[in-house]
Amino acid sequence: MSKFKQKRGKGMPAVSTASLPDIIFMLLFFFMVVTTLRDNTLLVGVQVPEATELNKLEEKSLVMYMYLGKPLEQYQNLYGTATRMQLGDKFSTIDDLPLFIERKKLKTDERKHPFLIASMKVDKKVTMGIVSDVKTKLRKLGQLSVNYSSRARGQDL
Amino acid sequence: MARGKRGLPEVNASSMADIAFLLLIFFLVTTQIDADKGIKVKLPPWSDEEPDPLKLKTRNVYSVLVNADNELLVRGEAMDPAELKDNTKEFIMNPQKLENLSESPSQAIISLKNDRGTEYETYIMVYNELKAAYNELWEDEAQAAYSREYEDLDISLRKKIREKIPLVISEAEPTEFGEVK
Repeated sequence: MSKFKQKRGKGMPAVSTASLPDIIFMLLFFFMVVTTLRDNTLLVGVQVPEATELNKLEEKSLVMYMYLGKPLEQYQNLYGTATRMQLGDKFSTIDDLPLFIERKKLKTDERKHPFLIASMKVDKKVTMGIVSDVKTKLRKLGQLSVNYSSRARGQDL
Repeated sequence: MARGKRGLPEVNASSMADIAFLLLIFFLVTTQIDADKGIKVKLPPWSDEEPDPLKLKTRNVYSVLVNADNELLVRGEAMDPAELKDNTKEFIMNPQKLENLSESPSQAIISLKNDRGTEYETYIMVYNELKAAYNELWEDEAQAAYSREYEDLDISLRKKIREKIPLVISEAEPTEFGEVK
């Protein structure tokens, strides 16, 4: 009778999954933006200490990472178990610091050189001897901004 | 020509979600959201002359020594690390104008010394306490003078506070004790 005939077989309509890729892409972009890929594979074991008075490192491109710690197990037969420093992706000594800093300076804008910051990622079990040596060398090289990398800790002490 | 009427076949997009998922999972795994944080310090520039401690009055120097056994010695007496912050604050501000504490906040100097065998963790803990003392003093000053939080102040005002209570942590060369080579 009526012109608009009811369709037969009125089951649940299938949920359209056409927008699924869009949702996933949105998530994907979020994670792509917040991701910081670790640029160095660690050769030394580093567990940074905990602290409360923390500052954030603002600009990633101006940070020089220095890792101090015990060589990982697979390197121990070659490098021993004493504390070693890692600059870039290789074991280094204090004498490699000038070149390391100079290379970093070449790669950054000259106007930004005063804002370069050395981030020292030091294992908490390391003794201060080698840390002091590095600090002294940094002072001699005029790289005075240093950041002792630490994890946040609750207020309890 | 029957074939010409057919348009381009639609590209099947149902695998798009799978591809996106794959990428998503990759980034999920490699993400480290927590930013790099740490204690920021400004090292003093290098000079070949030894600093002359005799130029300073003893009452203005707060000497903190962390030895190779990770014990704390403050002005010649052992101290519990938990008390360090409050004692440092009292030394800097000297609210009761005591004879043996600093003359004024701007003249107060903290001298931090460690052995080569001191553990880094202990050193950071002590440094953290000293810095916390200053941060709290700055916060108090900001509240008293401008009744605002230190973090919210302009740079010039912050500078003013920092000039009034300057952070001076001098670090002497470590002594040669207790390093495990």
